Amino acid sequence: MLVKQLSVFMENRPGRLYKLTHALGKEGIDFVTLSIADTKDFGIVRFIARDNDRAYEVLKNEGFTVGITELIGVEVADRPNALAEVVSLMEESDINIEYLYSFVLTNHNTAKILMRVNETDRAVSLLQNKGIKLLSEKIL
Amino acid sequence: MSKVKDYIYRPEYECMTRSEMENLQSERLRKTVELVYNNCKPYRAKMDECKIKPSDIRSVSDLCKLPFTVKHDLREAYPFGFYSSPQSDIVEIHASSGTTGKLTVVGYTQNDIDVWSEIAARSLAMAGVTKDSVVHVAYGYGLFTGGLGAHYGAQKIGAGTVPASAGNTIRQLTLLRDFGATHLCCTPSYAIYLGTEIQKAGMNIEDFSLVGGAFGAEPWTYQMRSELEKLLHIDALDIYGLSEISGPGVAMECMQKHGCHIQEDHFIPEIIDPETLEPLPFGCEGELVFTTITKTGQPLIRYRTRDLCTLSNEKCACGRTTVKMGKVKGRSDDMLIIRGVNVFPSQIEAAIMNVSGVSPHYMIYVDRINNLDVMEIDIELDGNLTPDKVSDVEAIKKKVETEVNSYIGVGAKIRLCEKGTIRRSEGKAVRVIDRRE
Repeated sequence: MLVKQLSVFMENRPGRLYKLTHALGKEGIDFVTLSIADTKDFGIVRFIARDNDRAYEVLKNEGFTVGITELIGVEVADRPNALAEVVSLMEESDINIEYLYSFVLTNHNTAKILMRVNETDRAVSLLQNKGIKLLSEKIL
Repeated sequence: MSKVKDYIYRPEYECMTRSEMENLQSERLRKTVELVYNNCKPYRAKMDECKIKPSDIRSVSDLCKLPFTVKHDLREAYPFGFYSSPQSDIVEIHASSGTTGKLTVVGYTQNDIDVWSEIAARSLAMAGVTKDSVVHVAYGYGLFTGGLGAHYGAQKIGAGTVPASAGNTIRQLTLLRDFGATHLCCTPSYAIYLGTEIQKAGMNIEDFSLVGGAFGAEPWTYQMRSELEKLLHIDALDIYGLSEISGPGVAMECMQKHGCHIQEDHFIPEIIDPETLEPLPFGCEGELVFTTITKTGQPLIRYRTRDLCTLSNEKCACGRTTVKMGKVKGRSDDMLIIRGVNVFPSQIEAAIMNVSGVSPHYMIYVDRINNLDVMEIDIELDGNLTPDKVSDVEAIKKKVETEVNSYIGVGAKIRLCEKGTIRRSEGKAVRVIDRRE
């Protein structure tokens, strides 16, 4: 029940993000999510595409340094404190969230949370035990 | 309005006529060739291979019959294979970085330390150092010969010596001012840096007692000299040396400020064409080659310095008759001098190869920022990595930094690049872009 995400290493300078987005755009590949972790010199672009396998292939061919990571995705009600409840569940069990991002799709009354943790299996069973809905790629 | 009084420390040698010098050199060369042939295996092998016996070398004009020595030879014999004296006679060992991380070792007997002290004293005398002077040595003390070389020279003269060594700029300035240093010895770029920091530290150059200094271990220009002289209110003279031959003092500029006098009664200089290896006449630019003729620990025959310059036998107004070498214009190999430390791109490559996660594609940029050498290395991340966490990539960067620093002893800023972004060259790879003037 994990969600595949692509991560791309990128130098922090003008033109690089265009090269990536254009490479996928001209192949008709759509982004579902996209976030960037940046440092002074470089960044890591993380995204989920409508077709991850094709996106991976396209980027490899274009010479990008790209990898596939599996994330935990959960769906919560779009209301205050929903995110905090998921986070506190991890914290109570001493699971570290390495990074997290969330988004809301239009026409939905739920929010999606994507996160990478240090102990994926344990986190998944904790969430399942609490009855929190886990996302798979298809639901996205 | 110079405050430096250049004086000749050893006129009986420094002002010899050409025929007196050649006779002395010939006699000392014969002794040295005997010594190395009988005591140093690599030299015996080299001479046997060229079918040269010590008896074939009668005078300096026979020098060109002898084989050359290169840094690689010294490395092959690591650590002590080039000694011509028993190890028990060696009293000090210095080392400089080699091309692949292996050190180039130089052993000194007491005689060699005495020779070194003598030539360093002659050099400092050109900058006017007397027993009344205070010499502040801000070269690093250690395996690098800069610190101890200047130290020995100042001690030989009987000057007050302040062994400040390198680093801690504010403390350097305080010591210089409060101890009343008359002379400064360090790299020219560090001297300029000290000069620019005086004001920032809230000090006034008028409170210093400096009159002169000997600056070396890296090539510098006449523009740097005038900047340095203006900043510190001194006469700034160029000192030349390399650990393989002795250390600082192999040659030094007199107050005519037009080339460095070579201590020819200890070292015979030649200029050769680095391609054909043929000796070139005075005035022609080529590679500087030295033969040591008074050392006993590790004498070197026709050692190729890789420094490109000219030699001149024109009469010097200072009264010394020794041959002078012009400013070093460059290198016949790819060695870089970063903050006085010798660095070979191959060492950096070796360091990089130790780190997993990066590719062997890199480019070294050298700049001079605020008068200090700064090295930056662009290196491609391994294209097969699957980077997801920032901390994983930062860890690779840190590892490269640590490896490079421990290989070459100089810090470098590392910038990780995307695969394929470092320019690939056709033919001879361009690995270094030196943007210093």
